[in-house]
Amino acid sequence: MDNILSVLIFFPAVAGLLGFVVDKSSARVYGISVATVELLLAIWLWMSFDGTNAGMQFVELIPLVPDFGINYYVGVDGISLFIVIMAALMTLLGMIGMSIEKDIKNMIISLLFLEMTMIGVFVALDAIVFYVFWELSLVPMLYIIGAWGGPRRIYASIKFFLYTFTGSLIMLVGMLFMAYLYYSVSGVWSFSITDWYALVLPVNYQVWLFMAFFAGFAIKVPMFPFHTWLPYAHGQAPTIGSVILAAVLLKMGTYGFVRFSLPLFPDASVMMIPLITVLAVIMIIYTAMVAYAQEDMKQVIAYSSVSHMGVIVLGTFAMNAEGISGSIFLMLSHGIVSGALFMLVGVIYDRRHTKMMSEFGGLAAVMPKYAVIFGIMLMASVGLPLTIGFVGEFLVLLGFYKVSPIATILAGTTIIIGAIYMLTLFKRTFFGPITNEANRNLPDLDTKEMSALVPLVLIVVWLGVYPKPVLEPIDTSVKALLSFMEEKAQTPEAKETIILTKQTKEAE
Amino acid sequence: MLEPISVSLASLNLVTLAPMLIAISGGLIILIIDLFKDGLHKSLYVMMTILVLFVDFGSVMGLNVNERGFFDVMLIDGVAIISQLLILAASILFIPLALTSKRFHEYSYPEFFALFLFMIAGFQFMVASDNLILIFVGIETASLALYTLIALHNRNNSYEAAVKYFTMGALAAGFFVMGSAIIYALTGSIELYQVADVLQDRINEPAVMGTILGGSIFLLAAFAFKLSLFPFHTWTPDVYEGASAPLAGYMSIVPKIAVFVVAMRIFGMYIDLGVEWVRILILILAVLTMTLSNMMALVQQDVKRMLAYSSISHAGFVMAALALDTTKGNTGIFLYYGLFMFTNLGAFAMLWISRHKNRIFHERYDHPYEKFAGLVKIMPMGAVVMGLFMLSLAGVPPFSIFWGKIYIMSAAVDAGYIWLAIVMGLNSAIAAFYYLKLIVYMFLYDPVQNDNTVYYNASRPLMTIIGIAVAATVGSVFFMQPLISYIFYMVSASGY
Repeated sequence: MDNILSVLIFFPAVAGLLGFVVDKSSARVYGISVATVELLLAIWLWMSFDGTNAGMQFVELIPLVPDFGINYYVGVDGISLFIVIMAALMTLLGMIGMSIEKDIKNMIISLLFLEMTMIGVFVALDAIVFYVFWELSLVPMLYIIGAWGGPRRIYASIKFFLYTFTGSLIMLVGMLFMAYLYYSVSGVWSFSITDWYALVLPVNYQVWLFMAFFAGFAIKVPMFPFHTWLPYAHGQAPTIGSVILAAVLLKMGTYGFVRFSLPLFPDASVMMIPLITVLAVIMIIYTAMVAYAQEDMKQVIAYSSVSHMGVIVLGTFAMNAEGISGSIFLMLSHGIVSGALFMLVGVIYDRRHTKMMSEFGGLAAVMPKYAVIFGIMLMASVGLPLTIGFVGEFLVLLGFYKVSPIATILAGTTIIIGAIYMLTLFKRTFFGPITNEANRNLPDLDTKEMSALVPLVLIVVWLGVYPKPVLEPIDTSVKALLSFMEEKAQTPEAKETIILTKQTKEAE
Repeated sequence: MLEPISVSLASLNLVTLAPMLIAISGGLIILIIDLFKDGLHKSLYVMMTILVLFVDFGSVMGLNVNERGFFDVMLIDGVAIISQLLILAASILFIPLALTSKRFHEYSYPEFFALFLFMIAGFQFMVASDNLILIFVGIETASLALYTLIALHNRNNSYEAAVKYFTMGALAAGFFVMGSAIIYALTGSIELYQVADVLQDRINEPAVMGTILGGSIFLLAAFAFKLSLFPFHTWTPDVYEGASAPLAGYMSIVPKIAVFVVAMRIFGMYIDLGVEWVRILILILAVLTMTLSNMMALVQQDVKRMLAYSSISHAGFVMAALALDTTKGNTGIFLYYGLFMFTNLGAFAMLWISRHKNRIFHERYDHPYEKFAGLVKIMPMGAVVMGLFMLSLAGVPPFSIFWGKIYIMSAAVDAGYIWLAIVMGLNSAIAAFYYLKLIVYMFLYDPVQNDNTVYYNASRPLMTIIGIAVAATVGSVFFMQPLISYIFYMVSASGY
């Protein structure tokens, strides 16, 4: 099936449209079935994917506006393949674990449209198609936060929308300029990324364009100091909203760096390493400290998620195979782990309607299964060996060590600070005597919640012990990306940074 | 004894006049029918009007590009043809809105439809000529008819609106005449192509520049009134508020297309002659217009006023494309209005769908945001449709206006005005807030508990029009290619 990517993108959208007809009482089952089919399709994609081929596969190209160079152009490589699968997986599990009763049909339809946009972003190879899905993803999320969120949901959802919208409009100007440059060189309009790759730009253009794209991506990631929308969005969003936001939507930003910034502007990317390093290290340490200061369990997880996104950004700009592969792997593991943690917080919120740590204590005795799963996810989040979190974090730090040992050591503190705030959270919630009578008779995880969480636990352990099947296709595509960047780089510093990493690779 | 003037009929090329004549005779037929038989139902007149417009549309389609006619005062170039097509298409979309299920005053007069057709003929004359006098006649015919149409709405604030629009329009007409007079004084001609030739020779004379400046300031002020550009925009929200909702939507599109064509002819000529500060002046005006009216739209409490300010801001956006004076920029103007037509008319028509005779929600405003609170619970489809229009206006892809926006932004980037593209982008971000505000009200708030408030005005024609607007808004990506290539071909054929 060569057009499987189109099926993957538009199946949820069609299902969402048909969903308007489905009766309210059956909407949930409908949504879960659709998401299951979608996940199976995504796994089929993986099975038919050729892991040794570094290039784009399952490419489809349909001209939309040929005079203006806009084509429906999609394809998948090792970098995007697993993010697509993760998006499908997290949508399915999020739907299974969802406890929302109010307007369930609208929620299911929004989630299905959101799934379309998420998959579209990761497989788009045309800048305009990418932009379309990128912007469109804001709309269902706005509705999810705004309709099912906490008391300040409207403020949070508008802030989320406007913040990202502003950044991406600047990115759009960058894209238009890029297309113009391509036009002035080749005489043809084109927005396709693979055409743009062939363009060798003067360094000063690269810097400006890098900044334009950075505006879009950095707000989405969100990088310090543009992160202020995220705690609000997480704080007010319903569980399912936080799960999708943390697991998939934030990855759009880091994915954008890998897909656009690095190969299009290799020299500017190398020039920007110091700036990005500083921002990323601040992001890692500062938000980790902020996380420690939170009283609300969800906020702890929200800030810890920002902190880990910093590690991902750092890995992306390590400019070597370990760093970039590690950061892509970390995107996956962060998606799974933070998604699971948000679901776990949702579980306790459904029972007690509070997320304050001070309300809890001694839950391990009342809810043993819950405590065990929480513990595993927490370990994975901190980056304990043999969990999924370790692999990515280790590779990123290893990769970045070649760029800057000091920054690596600073970033490495994330493991220590992460352990501190996570274990504190765990201790205050799960251990000690039961201080609050309301907690004495809490029911443990039910079947619905178990079926959402257990698959995640299995993945966390499986990929923690044996990451090869996932890591290999990623590595193949990343190496191709790096050798391409090296060829394209013009400034001696850029060549050196990228070559240096190659030599050390060969020396091993 | 005077020589008898002999003009061969063939040299008049009367076919260039055919579209306007069709509209005018259509209007006369309606008046004559009214003379013979009273009390005919308005649906007759609506259908007659549509038929006349249809024939008109056909006759425009049949025109050849780059022809002159009628003693060379008529100029049928590509720009004239597409702008006439846009005007007629928007009119065909607008007029069935008269067939609402509830009886509203103005549509029971046959004169309404006759005036409507005269107005269209006026707009057609404006765009299909480069003779300043004929343009002026076109402007005045169209405007006088439009003032009356507004006043026919027959509410207190529509008289106010009509008088306000009339006064402002008279001032603008005065400015236009003054500007034309200066051009005539300078060049001894009122035909723009001759004006261009004369100026070409005299452009380096010291006194000429000052005179051009004086003349173009008058003309720019006249157009700024008509296009509602800052600082001449203050009448717009009041007039839109007083006019009926569909007519307000119509006013935000058709007169502006016509004026844009005239502005393109005159200022395009100046910029081509190398009068750089005209471009700067237009750019300043455009940037101020889009920014300030966005700010104003943020604080409005009434949806109709918000839409009025938003259409000012969109006009500023398009005005910036005019200053670029590239083929792509000029193509962008028509493309933008071609797309804006469906979305904006749809959005204004959606206000009409729940119109009340009395103000229930607010003592000052007809359409306060509260009226739309929780619309998704009362009219789910209505809320979704309105939400789509708002997203499209905000420039969220893949809805129609997004394509117009990127086309104009891309034109700005091509012409080297990257800062302009960034300003446009930031303005779209500001604008997103007030469009979102309505979406938030419709989807996220609970309805104001007040039964017997919802007063449906949804008739089948209205639903059809909104359906067409939705289809055009959502499916725009599929007709962008033919639209862009057709407009681009027409614009470049006429040398802009």
